[in-house]
Formats: sequence, structure tokens, C-alpha cells
Amino acid sequence: MHSLTDVEVQALTLRAEDIRESVIKMLVEAGSGHTAGSLGMADIFTALYFRIINHNPRHPEWVQRDRVILSNGHIAPILYATMAHAGYFSISELKTLRKFGSRLQGHPHKGTLPGIETSSGPLGSGLSQAIGMALMDRLENHRPERYFYCCMGDGEINEGQVWESFLLLNKYKLSKVISIIDRNTIQIDGYTEDVLPLESLKDKLESFNFHVVEIDGHNFKDIVQAVGMAKSTLDRPTVIIAHTIPGKGVTAFEGDYRWHGKAPSIEEGKSALKELRSLRGKVKYGEL
Amino acid sequence: MIRETLFTPKEEEETTRGGFGEGLLRAGELNPRVVALCADLTDSVRMDLFKAKFPTRFFEMGITEQAMSGLASGMAGFGYIPFMASYAAFSPGRNWEQIRTTICYNNVPVKVIGAHTGLSAGPDGATHQAIEDIALMRMIPNMQVFVPCDYVEARVITEHVATTPFPSYIRLTREKTPIILPDSYVWNHGKANVLSVPQKKDGGQFMYNVGIIACGPVVYEALKAAKLLEKEGVGATVVNMAQIKPLDTAFLLRFVKDIRTVITVEEHQIAGGLGSAVAEFLSEHHPVTVARIGIEDRFGQSGKLQELHEEYGLTAKHIADKVRMIVK
Repeated sequence: MHSLTDVEVQALTLRAEDIRESVIKMLVEAGSGHTAGSLGMADIFTALYFRIINHNPRHPEWVQRDRVILSNGHIAPILYATMAHAGYFSISELKTLRKFGSRLQGHPHKGTLPGIETSSGPLGSGLSQAIGMALMDRLENHRPERYFYCCMGDGEINEGQVWESFLLLNKYKLSKVISIIDRNTIQIDGYTEDVLPLESLKDKLESFNFHVVEIDGHNFKDIVQAVGMAKSTLDRPTVIIAHTIPGKGVTAFEGDYRWHGKAPSIEEGKSALKELRSLRGKVKYGEL
Repeated sequence: MIRETLFTPKEEEETTRGGFGEGLLRAGELNPRVVALCADLTDSVRMDLFKAKFPTRFFEMGITEQAMSGLASGMAGFGYIPFMASYAAFSPGRNWEQIRTTICYNNVPVKVIGAHTGLSAGPDGATHQAIEDIALMRMIPNMQVFVPCDYVEARVITEHVATTPFPSYIRLTREKTPIILPDSYVWNHGKANVLSVPQKKDGGQFMYNVGIIACGPVVYEALKAAKLLEKEGVGATVVNMAQIKPLDTAFLLRFVKDIRTVITVEEHQIAGGLGSAVAEFLSEHHPVTVARIGIEDRFGQSGKLQELHEEYGLTAKHIADKVRMIVK
């Protein structure tokens, strides 16, 4: 995987802005849901689905696909929006988020929406599932070549099951498992270091003998390069600590833990969209 | 259809966990996609046979019941049939939510094996005696629940669940208990199994007729209770209900047409187990008298299995006493 050209970065940036717009619209329409983490992970999900992973949106069950396991299921809006933009289903279906009869359940459900690898919501379970999949992949001698991306929140690491999984990940040295921790420093009750301190997170992870990479989770070159380094590390698993800004892209939401678990009102949504669109040069910020 | 040697001097004993170990080995031989995970109790839950034969398909988890459930879910989602085992007090005791979300809500074919259930962990005491596990598993949509009555049935049920696409729970016990079923026994796909029908020596009618529906090794106590009652003019038909969910409700409807009194017996809390399942169905569809025998909202304690059966009212004598109380 060569590093990104500026033109490619520009294309991904615009794509991510479109996806953020969808996230805002679907959350406003739903009237509830998780705003901060969904916007904060927009760049990473865009990079995964539009640059990094091997997949086929028209055949979600394609056996050769890389698996993206969303462990912190509450940021489902970013997963759904990215999948819709990638062609798994129509963008208009995003409006059904959290509504009765929708395939877009409040938290993802495997089986309802093709392309969802697992049900999640209760925190801490994704990494163990990625390990299970990667172990079976190893039984099949890694043919065809597949990678297992596990996206987790930082608050999620409070869960004991995650640490059980770290022990097992080290035991089995599954280099095909690439964990991405959204280090946005917030959780529902406040900042992670106030609620239950995680630092020094990198030291903790390195003590498990993982290959740990810290990146700016909004820098596409960083994201793609980190995954490239993970793929070229063959003797141990990689954990990417992605520093992100919760609510990224909307000044009113950025860095404020109170936006973890609520959706914008119609007014807040309008001004958020205005700000996002200004980035595309369609309208100037503050106008309209 | 009971084993010829039962209630003779040649009566044989074996553990249900032993039957599981044999069944898993056989399932592994038949299907290369059967894999096994264990949380640091491999010999105790009798996964040692599978591990020895298929070392690359066996995964030692250490004491990580929660992560083990996740791994099993991932494996099943990848097209495999994982059996994950521990003592039931820990799995499904500690990892209930993981089983609910990542196994049952995902609807993937993970086979949860709960060992040392009921009072059979004996001397280990209450912490290790899982007496709530049927209730825990029965409440979750998609989950199928099995309680083998002996070694033979445990083997047969294990081989069966390896061929189904459903999340499944099998309840095993520690102690050797009588082998009730013949070697020729084949799985009847969850149908209730009438083990003994009372017959009066003179060919006449019993004054009272009752049905005893039981599951697990205490089926043996139920059979003995029926013998005691027969001598006193009470005809007790004994049924082995090895599959609690889905329950053989068609059988129940037929059964209660003639027999208006049903007694359930299980080594489990009376809340949420076999007795609850039977009572819930019958009270809505064909109300008859249902009495539940089990552990009555108490924890277990240390002791030999026989001592505990006495204390918690699960011997043949207790069952017969309860029947007498109801019919007279």
C-alpha cells in the first residue's frame, strides 16, 4: 500500500465530509443516538472502507473480505453512513436509523443488515470475536489473505473482557488482527482520565508485547501508513491508538463529553450542516 | 425404554460429562469444523479426549469465560461449530451477557457446555453448584437447552447439537450416576421420552394416576419413586424431558388428557427451570395440577451428593411423599 498522494487525501477528506453530513442528518431524524464518537471516527471509517479494506459491497458475505468488527456499537451511525456511501445499501435508508422496522438498529445487529459482522452495544466484546475469527483464519492457513480490524472506544477498555482479550491476543500472536482504539478521551460520565484513568495506555499495551502505533486519527496519511506498518509486522498484533477529537467537524460538539450520547436538535443539526458544508466551499461559514 | 441393567445388581454408573467427552470426540471425527475451547478445566469437563486427538482445533483460554464466549462467537461467525466449556457457575454464570448478545442475538451455532451443575459439585459448596443455569439459558431467544439424564444421553445430545445451526446449552454433572438408557438409544429430536408406565399386577386400574416429568440424573430418583408409589396403588408414569427448549408441548397436551396431576423433578431452582416451563405451558393451554420439585430458593452447600439430595428434598422418598400429599 503506497502512501497517499495529496489528491487522494483531498478525495478522502471530501468523502468523509459527506459521511459526516449523513451522520448529522440521520441523528437529527432519529432524535437520539451517539454524536461525538460517530463524527470522531468518520475519517478512520472513510479510510477503512474507501482505501484500506478488501470488500465487495454488492456481495457483503464474500468469503475473501476483510472483517471490520465494530466493538463499540453505539457509534453505529458512522458504520451505517460509511457503508451506505460505500454502496452496501441506499443512502436514503439512513433516515430509518433507530426506527421501528429498520435494518439500522440503534446498535448493530448481525443478520438484519448484510455487512454487519457482529452485534455489539454492550462494550468489550469485539476484540475477542476478532481473535476467534483470526484463529479460524489461521486454521485455514490464511488462505485467502484476510485482515481483522477491530474498532474500539477508549472508555470501552474499562471492561475486563478487553483485558482478557489482550492476554489471549498476545498468547496467539495474531498479526492479522489490527485493533484501532478511538482515543477521544471521553466517556459518558466525563473525561476518561477522571472516570477511570487509562494512561499510560501505550505502555500498558506495549507490555502485552503488541506493536503499538499512535496516530492522529484525522490524518489520512497517518491512518493508511499505520495500517501498512501493521500489515508488515508479521510476528505480533498491532494496536493503533488513534487520537481523535470527539464531535470532529462541528465546533459546537468538539471535545465535549456531553455529546457522547445525545443527538443534535433540528436547530443544532442545521448549524452543524452549515459548518460542515462550508468546508466543501459550497457556502461560506456563517451564511445561509 | 430403559437399560436392562437398571435396578439390577449389574447397574452401571458413569458421568454425564464423560458422555459429553465421548460425544465431542465423535463429533470432531465427523466434522472438521468442530472446534473446542476451554477455560482452564479441560480434563474436568472431559475435553481432554478431543484435545489429544485434535490439538490444533482445541483452544486453551485460561480463566477468561467472557472472552471465551467472544472467541466462540467469532469462530461460529466464521463458519465453525465451537464447543465452549467451563463449570456452569462461571459459564453461563459469569458470561451471560456475552452469550446473550454475541451468541444468541447473532444467532450463531456456539455450543455452551455447563459442567458441575446442580448439587453435583458436592464438597465444593454453593459457589460451584450451578442451580440457576437452566433459567439463565432458557430466557434467551434462539437458545436451545438440553439436560441429559445420563452418560448415554449426554453423548447422543452432544453429537446431535454438533449438527444443528442453533446456539445450544448442554447441562452436565460431576458425579457418576446410574446409566438409565440403553446403548442403542438414539436422539429423538427433543421428544419427551416415556421411560416407565405403571401396570397393576391384577390388570386393574390405579386409584390415582400421576405423571412425573424429570430431567437430568434425578430421573433415576423419579423412577425409584414410581416403584414406591406403585406398591401403594398410585400409578406414576415417568417421563424424561431432556430438551427444555424448545419444549415438547405436543406431548404435554396428549399427556394431560389422561393424567390430571403432573409432578416435575429437577436439580435446579424451582423458579425458571423445567417445572416452570411445564407449568407455564399447561396453565395457559390445559390447566391441571402441577407440583414442582427442585431447590426452593436456597443456595447449595458442601456435602456428598446423597446428603444434599436428602437436605434439598430430591430423593425418591421425597418425590413419593410429595405425590402422596397431592393425591390424598
